[in-house]
Amino acid sequence: MRIDGKGLVDRSKKLRFQFDDIGYSAFEGDTVASALLAAGQRLMGRSFKYHRPRGVLTAGGEEPNALVTVGQGAAQEPNVRATTLEVHDGLRVRSQNAWPSLKTDEMAINDMASPCLGAGFYYKTFMWPRTFWEKFYEPLIRRAAGLGGLSGAHNPDSYEKAYAFCDLLVIGAGPTGLMAALTAGRAGADVLLLDEDSRMGGRLNAETYIVDGMPGSDWAAEAVAELDSMKNVRLMTRTTLVGAYDHGTYAALERVSSHLGTAAKGAALETFWRIVAKRAILAAGALERPIAFENNDRPGIMTAGAVRAYLNRWGVSPGQRVAVFGNNDDAHRTATDLIEAGVEVAALIDSRPDAVLKGHAFPTYAGGMVTGSTGRLGLKRITVKSESITEELEVDCLAMSGGWNPTVHVTCHMNGRPTWRQEIASFVPTPGSVPGLEPAGACNGDFSTAACLAAGVAAAKSALKELGLKAPRSTVPDAEDSAYCLSPLWAVPGKGRAWLDFQNDVTVKDVKQAATENFRSVEHMKRYTTQGMATDQGKNSNVAALALLADATGRGIPETGTTTFRPPFVPVSLAAFGAGAQGEGFAPRRLTTSHHVSVAMDAPMIEAGLWYRPSYFPKPGETHWRQSCDREVGYVRNAVGICDVSTLGKIDIQGPGAAELLDLVYTNMFSSLKVGRVRYGLMLREDGHVMDDGTTARLGAQHFIMTTTTAAAGNVMQHLEFVHQALRPDLDVRFISVTEQWAQFAVAGPKSRELLNDLLDDRIDNESWPFMACGSVQIAGVGGRLFRISFSGEHAYEVAVPARYGESLFKLLLERAEALGGGGYGMEALNVLRIEKGHITHAEIHGRTTAFDIGFARMISGKKDCIGQTMAAREGLIDPDREQLVGLKPVGSVKELTAGAHLFDRTATATRENDQGYVTSVGFSPTLGHFLALAFVKRGPERMGETLRLVDHLRGIETEVEICSPVFFDPEGGRTRG
Amino acid sequence: MRLTCPICGARDRREFYYQGDAIALDRPAPDADAAAWDGYVHLRDNPAGVRRELWHHEAGCGSWLVVERDTSTHEVHSVALAVDVAEARG
Amino acid sequence: MKFSGLRVLKEGLTGNKGWTPHWRDPEPKAEYDAIIIGGGGHGLSTAYYLAKNHGMTNIAVLEKGYIGSGNIGRNTTIVRANYFLPGNSEFYSHSLKLWEGLEEDLNYNVMHSGRGMINLFHSDGQRDAFARRGNAMINQGDDAILLDREGVRKHLPYLDFENTRFPIYGGLLHPRGGTARHDAVAWGYARGADRRGVDLLQNCEVMGSDIENGVVRGVQTTRGAIRAKKVGIVVAGRSGQVAAMAGMRLPIESHVLQAFVTEGLKPCIDHVVTYGMGHFYISQSDKGGLVFGGDLDFYASYASRGNLPTAEHVMEAGMTLMPMIGKAKLLRSWGGIMDMTPDGSPIIDKTDTEGLFIDCGWCYGGFKAVPASGYAFAHLMATGQHHETASAFRLDRFRTGRGILDEEGTGSQHNLH
Repeated sequence: MRIDGKGLVDRSKKLRFQFDDIGYSAFEGDTVASALLAAGQRLMGRSFKYHRPRGVLTAGGEEPNALVTVGQGAAQEPNVRATTLEVHDGLRVRSQNAWPSLKTDEMAINDMASPCLGAGFYYKTFMWPRTFWEKFYEPLIRRAAGLGGLSGAHNPDSYEKAYAFCDLLVIGAGPTGLMAALTAGRAGADVLLLDEDSRMGGRLNAETYIVDGMPGSDWAAEAVAELDSMKNVRLMTRTTLVGAYDHGTYAALERVSSHLGTAAKGAALETFWRIVAKRAILAAGALERPIAFENNDRPGIMTAGAVRAYLNRWGVSPGQRVAVFGNNDDAHRTATDLIEAGVEVAALIDSRPDAVLKGHAFPTYAGGMVTGSTGRLGLKRITVKSESITEELEVDCLAMSGGWNPTVHVTCHMNGRPTWRQEIASFVPTPGSVPGLEPAGACNGDFSTAACLAAGVAAAKSALKELGLKAPRSTVPDAEDSAYCLSPLWAVPGKGRAWLDFQNDVTVKDVKQAATENFRSVEHMKRYTTQGMATDQGKNSNVAALALLADATGRGIPETGTTTFRPPFVPVSLAAFGAGAQGEGFAPRRLTTSHHVSVAMDAPMIEAGLWYRPSYFPKPGETHWRQSCDREVGYVRNAVGICDVSTLGKIDIQGPGAAELLDLVYTNMFSSLKVGRVRYGLMLREDGHVMDDGTTARLGAQHFIMTTTTAAAGNVMQHLEFVHQALRPDLDVRFISVTEQWAQFAVAGPKSRELLNDLLDDRIDNESWPFMACGSVQIAGVGGRLFRISFSGEHAYEVAVPARYGESLFKLLLERAEALGGGGYGMEALNVLRIEKGHITHAEIHGRTTAFDIGFARMISGKKDCIGQTMAAREGLIDPDREQLVGLKPVGSVKELTAGAHLFDRTATATRENDQGYVTSVGFSPTLGHFLALAFVKRGPERMGETLRLVDHLRGIETEVEICSPVFFDPEGGRTRG
Repeated sequence: MRLTCPICGARDRREFYYQGDAIALDRPAPDADAAAWDGYVHLRDNPAGVRRELWHHEAGCGSWLVVERDTSTHEVHSVALAVDVAEARG
Repeated sequence: MKFSGLRVLKEGLTGNKGWTPHWRDPEPKAEYDAIIIGGGGHGLSTAYYLAKNHGMTNIAVLEKGYIGSGNIGRNTTIVRANYFLPGNSEFYSHSLKLWEGLEEDLNYNVMHSGRGMINLFHSDGQRDAFARRGNAMINQGDDAILLDREGVRKHLPYLDFENTRFPIYGGLLHPRGGTARHDAVAWGYARGADRRGVDLLQNCEVMGSDIENGVVRGVQTTRGAIRAKKVGIVVAGRSGQVAAMAGMRLPIESHVLQAFVTEGLKPCIDHVVTYGMGHFYISQSDKGGLVFGGDLDFYASYASRGNLPTAEHVMEAGMTLMPMIGKAKLLRSWGGIMDMTPDGSPIIDKTDTEGLFIDCGWCYGGFKAVPASGYAFAHLMATGQHHETASAFRLDRFRTGRGILDEEGTGSQHNLH
């Protein structure tokens, strides 16, 4: 119910929202949880395994029960915590994991079977009959699993990623964080202050503390105003620090616009931040512990601090008649805050027999414990037992407190483990766990407001010192400094089920049973019972569970230890973590200068790594790609074809040491290459396998241009840098990638020279420009380079111009080629042409092949060393039994060949043991009139003329092939030399 | 993770390429025996502690770097240009 | 005690008081016939098969922490037999067959599920490579189907077929590929070994070895010295340290692999799906979480945790491939130590020290191998002969170049596999 005069919500701004299709009202500043409680709606969810009715347990992001689904359609988001979901007008949310309704969930039948569904039960059954697991049991289990569901549609919202840098990152804007930010901000440090809440102030907004003579939340607002006025301080609300990483790197999730409802159109929903901070202060506060007792999970039972938060922050009393049960002094304030607000307090029950409970206007029970409750859909009654009495009290809300756990998690993200501090019965951060990060305040075990304020100042001063900045004079504001007194109480003794992990339905009995079955390590207990593995990541149950495990196994808590804490501190949407990558954003697109022309010609553009290249150039009337491909092959073999080959890597290498560098990286000699000539080169990895091949042109005594394949361009460049810098820094050589600086086109076919001579300033002929010649030229009025090299096996050239001329040169070349009866050719034709000539690509040099395998062993010069030479000579790499490159032509009745098919002796069955090799590349050759294949076959070169069986199970193709030379067409190579 | 490139300054790990152990600097003579080459290419000390590695500032200046880093804590002890390290070895 | 539905029912009706420890906590003996260093998946399965197949029960598993605390305790649970190089094919094929009978064998529900695995490809060249692989699988006697784009769409309608950066050309479907519950595998093998008399010694870290004249005599541990004539090293990412105790250098570099799980969700992904243009693989666990991972972080590490660049890249791949997962929330990330070899394939071999054996080099693919690795390693330790399914996993293959098993084709740089 709403309490007049309480809360920080804006009562002048009324909002409407729906929960399970029922309308509720709210004020601006309400969360779904606070508004539902205001309306008396305590039932908000169902637990995972037993489908027990549940209400809110907390008032924060650690909420394990009240998870709802927001929105519908593609924007549907499951598992949103009602406790942090800000209400906006028109918001629609639904409960989860219940059918047909939250009130009458059929799956609650599980609760009746609970004795058989305890920890680890599924490991002990579902094994028989054998096929039933996949057919029956598993599908049932999977349908019951999970709480919320995804829509199945593509994510429609946009997300962003950003970087931020600062001197000091302050994580948490409660009293500790605010004082730390003020101190550092006043010293001129570049400060970034984050808080997960929509409003800074932390617990000050949830308590009735007085700070510096004013209400704590007012003091917080003033502090925020001062920070906001500082140019060197950035404030980020709704921003949760989710991970600490190496070297001062942090990740944070900012909820940018999810709270705005319709105002969110076009804006990013969330931003994922990567923050680099020279120093950081963790002021993350503490989280309250529940107490385990029989049926401690009814709607209406929540933590005592949460009750105060609902009362003081949101102006809502979660019940009309409230009892408080705790093991510490702090819980008393829930009772006093309630009574001062005019809410009926049924009892204050303190488990400590020596608790000081005098002078209260409500019944008190020292040494008392709650041993049970009734009210399945909403708390009705609790049973209180002390040494002298047993009583039943009618209450509709029970505020419980087992003490507070410092929020240590982030300090443990880098393999750190927290330290047990017996006097507060909690874990605290271990110093030095995250270099550069200092915990302070409640997360460091200092719970009073005065201690927190002072800790914030001290932590900031320490950081300022390390940053080399002068700390300002500072006074710590006046605030309460009460001692933290408690007596550990993990579970109330009793026979019934007492809940530890609310969401995963793990009870005290489950932990004890795990210990009995010898799952004694805390990691074993966690995995066996699934305690701590729900969406709250164990925040509400870890300490109690391990304390009970310690008891059950006769060890102390420090000896039992904790499980590991890992990022993210709170769950983060995958869309935020992967922001920008949906659709095309995943990787850049690299376009050649002829791209737009190709697209205008309706060429299908296909990916070649990050590049796009035309597959073929269809002509009107052509209905199948083979028609276009065959025609384009004909252009090159009979007239002249034009192909953009700019994507191949180009590396400009200059200097007195250039030739020696090339001799070292290539297997063959390049220092002997004459100026004005090009040579094919083979490059090995140091392990003796082929890395890449290409041609290198010598434009001058100390000037070479190396080309690589498209795929390996980056690798080769990196390799050259390594060889030069790490192995041969003595070589005086410089090189740089010029792949994008030069547009390069193949002009290939019998009429290629004729075409070029029309464009070149100086005509060329076979004497002035023989096969493998190269040099600078003026073409179409522009300075360029010409290389007489041929991948197609025809009389061919590659002409290069500075990239800005690429598109216009491509158009010009096409026009001239068409006039000569030719035209453009794409990747399909390129592939057929090179297969006809037995030229290899990365389909053949796939990383497992050697020079020996491809028949190039003699290219490894014996006159010099090269990278990979020694290892290439290992016995296993020159074994004649190895699969070696051959050509195949179809000789069976089925003429189609497929890449990926395997090869067998004619009469052998197709089994792994009989495998003789595999096909790497296939194309239909219009030149020869049949399919051709390149393949690797055991002892291949020795088996020319032999017939093998080609078997492709996947495509249902089986036929016979004859082993032949991979150079199917013009084996003498006369056509290139024309 | 961040590395301080001697030329560019402190940069995020995502700008760099990691190759492996700095043993790659000690390339054996072409005629060294199989054990020497096996050791160079394949065998590794692989310590859980400080070791020297080769990184490439791929998205930056293109320098190869010799980095002394602790594989258990990721703490970086030193970063030097590979050129300088290689030249010092002679 | 035999596990069964009937027993669960009986215990449930009688207050669950009858459950007994899944394994004992025995005191170490001074001597065993064989000891296995490493109580992870492979170490436990080795012990199990030594006892079951070879009658060797006077053996112990030495585990420095709690059993199953290594990679078996935190992986992406994929079980498959889709390797294509002879040497690998037969091994993983054997492993899958063992998986399919494992629950019965161990009397433990490891939740093995052959839900189907699809490797997506995004170019003609990739398709050809997967065709080679699929045909190799069928030649081995396993199952594979080549799907075109529409074939993929029928199985995986939720993928982005329209806008994604690298279009889907098709996929290789491995119907018997799938997942299993990783913890249960460790516990099942542990319980099975323990029932046969194997001593599981937890919190027992090996600190040094006793080797005399090239013959192994035993080890020193934090729980005392233990003698044995046969010692098997099965410690995955820590192989380098343990091998160094025996004076060995291994061709291994240890790297961190991150993996991720989301909050539990109603069923939305039924298969194991792998992406072809960025290392990304995903499945949905029986508890509803999406379990996924991708590349190594690529720098050597023993920290069992990674950094943001790789984590972000994995998420990015997920978002371009299946944008429906955007609203799922990452619940937990973790990391393990991967023993990377120069060809990405494992080592199951003797060493130069008599009686000392090693099983390592599983890179990030060890989970699916747990049954067959233990089976083969037990065979090697018991008989001194390589098992026929694992005869290619020789330690010396790098030095000789004979029998290198480079599935990725990336060469001898350890972190590229």
